[in-house]
Amino acid sequence: MKRTLRILALVVALAAVSVWLATGASRGWTRTSAPVKTVDQVTGLEGIEYRKQFLPGVDFLAGALLGAAFLGGASLLFGNKTKTQH
Amino acid sequence: MKKTLLALIGLTALTNLAPAAPQTFDFKDPKGVNNIVFKLDALLEATQGSANGITGSVTFDPENPALTKGKLVVAAASLHVPNPMMKEHLHGGQWLDVAKYTDITFETKELKNVKTSGDQTTADVLGTLTIKGVAKEITAPIKLSYLKNKLGQRVPNLKGDLLVIRSTFTIKRSDFGINPAAPQDKVSDEIELALSVAGAAAR
Repeated sequence: MKRTLRILALVVALAAVSVWLATGASRGWTRTSAPVKTVDQVTGLEGIEYRKQFLPGVDFLAGALLGAAFLGGASLLFGNKTKTQH
Repeated sequence: MKKTLLALIGLTALTNLAPAAPQTFDFKDPKGVNNIVFKLDALLEATQGSANGITGSVTFDPENPALTKGKLVVAAASLHVPNPMMKEHLHGGQWLDVAKYTDITFETKELKNVKTSGDQTTADVLGTLTIKGVAKEITAPIKLSYLKNKLGQRVPNLKGDLLVIRSTFTIKRSDFGINPAAPQDKVSDEIELALSVAGAAAR
């Protein structure tokens, strides 16, 4: 159990960091939409539309790392397996 | 027949010589391009968003742009920021309270320092900006572009003119009672607004 929790903690931490880095390592808050700019050919005005897109921010990273730390901490509650000697 | 023809030619000539009358431009944009961008650049955090629920009308006389007057209305609920929690707070009672104060309005009083070159006019517009029920007189630089006979290119089957208005100016959220207690290192007191709108006057 102890080992499983530690592996799980490592997986959560690595996955969170990988996703955060892969999506641009945003140092702002998590965004669920991204602006798309369009130019109106007649007026020359720049319009803004939002498309749904998940961009994790530092709150996502902090939450995931906190979760991983919690899992790692929980693993300490379990003792080591006692080796049986034959 | 000859007299009728002469009368018609005379009438046409008079119509062409007559000064252009002021036109009323409707700013409800069927293409959804009209927008206002807001930026808050605080020490710890920068916030940027936009609103596109813009309506209103402006009366503009190409022969005398100084007489331009009108009112633009922004639906407060159309303000959008990419973070959903931030958007919820922005629309909430502490910030804009969009349920109670549904509209943000700007009504012109007069134009100053009007300079016209061709179809382009620049000026300083004095008017009343109302946010969250607080009305305050402000002056903002504007650029007006009169696009004669261009409506058909934007909205097929319609004839008429377009009026493009651009303006960038700064306001203080504390002046309008927008959560004045919020820490300024996280949410800047100064809000930069950039307005980009086009209105149509059909014939």
